[in-house]
Amino acid sequence: MMLTDLTIAAAADGLRRGDFTARALTEAHLAAIGARNPRLNAFITVTGEAALAQADAADAALARGEARALTGIPLAIKDLFCTAGVRTTAGSHILSPFVPPYESTVTANLLRDGAVFLGKANLDEFAMGSSNMTSAFGPVANPWTRRQDPDAVLVPGGSSGGSAAAVAARLAMGATGTDTGGSIRQPSSFCGIVGIKPTYGRCSRWGVVAFASSLDHPGPFARTVEDCAILLGSMAGHDPKDSTSADVAVPDFRAACARGVKGLRIGVPREYRAEGMAGEIDALWQQGIAWLRAAGAEVVDVSLPHTKYGLATYYIVAPAEASSNLARYDGVRFGLRASGGEDLRDLYERTRAEGFGAEVRRRILIGTYVLSAGYYDAYYLRAQKVRALILRDFSDVFGQVDALLTPTTPSAAFAQGEKMDDPVTMYLNDVFTVPANLAGVPAISVPAGLDANGLPLGLQVIGRAFDEETVFAVGGVLERAAGFGGLHATAG
Amino acid sequence: MSLDPATVRRIAALARIRVTEDEVPRLQAEMNAILGWIEQLNEVNVDGIEPLAGAALRALPMREDVVTDGGYAEQVLANAPERIGDFYAVPKVVE
Repeated sequence: MMLTDLTIAAAADGLRRGDFTARALTEAHLAAIGARNPRLNAFITVTGEAALAQADAADAALARGEARALTGIPLAIKDLFCTAGVRTTAGSHILSPFVPPYESTVTANLLRDGAVFLGKANLDEFAMGSSNMTSAFGPVANPWTRRQDPDAVLVPGGSSGGSAAAVAARLAMGATGTDTGGSIRQPSSFCGIVGIKPTYGRCSRWGVVAFASSLDHPGPFARTVEDCAILLGSMAGHDPKDSTSADVAVPDFRAACARGVKGLRIGVPREYRAEGMAGEIDALWQQGIAWLRAAGAEVVDVSLPHTKYGLATYYIVAPAEASSNLARYDGVRFGLRASGGEDLRDLYERTRAEGFGAEVRRRILIGTYVLSAGYYDAYYLRAQKVRALILRDFSDVFGQVDALLTPTTPSAAFAQGEKMDDPVTMYLNDVFTVPANLAGVPAISVPAGLDANGLPLGLQVIGRAFDEETVFAVGGVLERAAGFGGLHATAG
Repeated sequence: MSLDPATVRRIAALARIRVTEDEVPRLQAEMNAILGWIEQLNEVNVDGIEPLAGAALRALPMREDVVTDGGYAEQVLANAPERIGDFYAVPKVVE
């Protein structure tokens, strides 16, 4: 077995036993990046020298018997997390010169636990997208290809497409992502790996470039449920620097993965049976239901009546918050400044037109409109009320069941250039993932099967706020039943 | 509610994004498609529903109103596109 095929759990054991060094593990991943990143474009920045220095420090800690949860484990960091002294672009031209002088809380937590950072992973610009096609640093290729059409380059999903592709292609053992409307779970599903969006407030947003603050959730990617639990255990925790960070104890997520589902009640929300759902997606869902039943869960039909309004609500709330958050990019204090500004206002307008890509400009304009005088009540206030109804749907249903099972996405990965004709077609990718962001509840995507083209498909488990443990328990059962863990991406 | 070209220009000006005349028709079409799709929220009965700003279930915490950090002028200015001494530099705004 290659070192890059190991899980985080197995690598941590191997490092402690002295089977291999942290330097060898990091070198193996840097070699894989050197070989495959030119095609995949999963990394915007590779920090090889710093990674080797961190690996040497990990070896020294191991020699002293001071290993922590992630000592020597090589990770990819979504280029939305500020990393001290390492350029952080958010996938945008406007931040292309930006080198943060500080470290985000989540990445600081990972460093505290001994992790090695291989570099900064590509993403949709400002995390706005479902295909990684909007990055100013070029699209990311999904390491998976269609059996029938192996030359078509598929998207890894988005926005955390580089993170997901890196983990699926064995360029990193795990990665950080952020999920505002599905940006961890959809790429996990498209790339055949595991990703969890924890409860809102579980992971600090401090030092994460803001998109939509009430919807942004940092979280991990890995190739197994247990590895995601290990990463989340390190990333999570109260942070006074984020006023929405929850002062709630971090439980032993890893222990929950093997807990099983005997006696749990699992809800199957009927509204997720979207019209025109692919037969394969529905079949996988039914298979997931059968697996959970066989493992001792009781499966019940439930209703989340406002599900169909989730996407439209999201596409008011998220652009509104984005238009406010992205007002800071003005060419004055950091980032790009356009040349030729005649006065201050002209400087702002030129910088923002030059620095932001088409999708980001579109969302800022939509957000500005729905917040503008005369339209605020009709759009933004109404969306906030529908959001309250969506949260109430979840609160009601979690009085009856312990977790929900749904598909993660309405389709498998599509090809680069597809679904680009109009923005709404792209937005529909997130129909199953957006409600959990609006409600702030935790949700995981677990790879559960392959479609007729040999492409991975994920199932989603949604839990109660701050009950990631049940989400991991259900995810663990699905993972063991699907037997997906050892599967490799097919090409690249 | 359908946006006309003048509204597109006004919104772009509010957002401080320079939009050229030849971009207006495409932006108008895209924004109208998105806003048309969003109109479905008008079907929902929201009478008596309190708006929800976020999913954080707790009230925002209070803290002492004291200085906890600061004094990093060089770090703060390190990413400035243009500076003069300890100040950000911008095009002249006062004649």
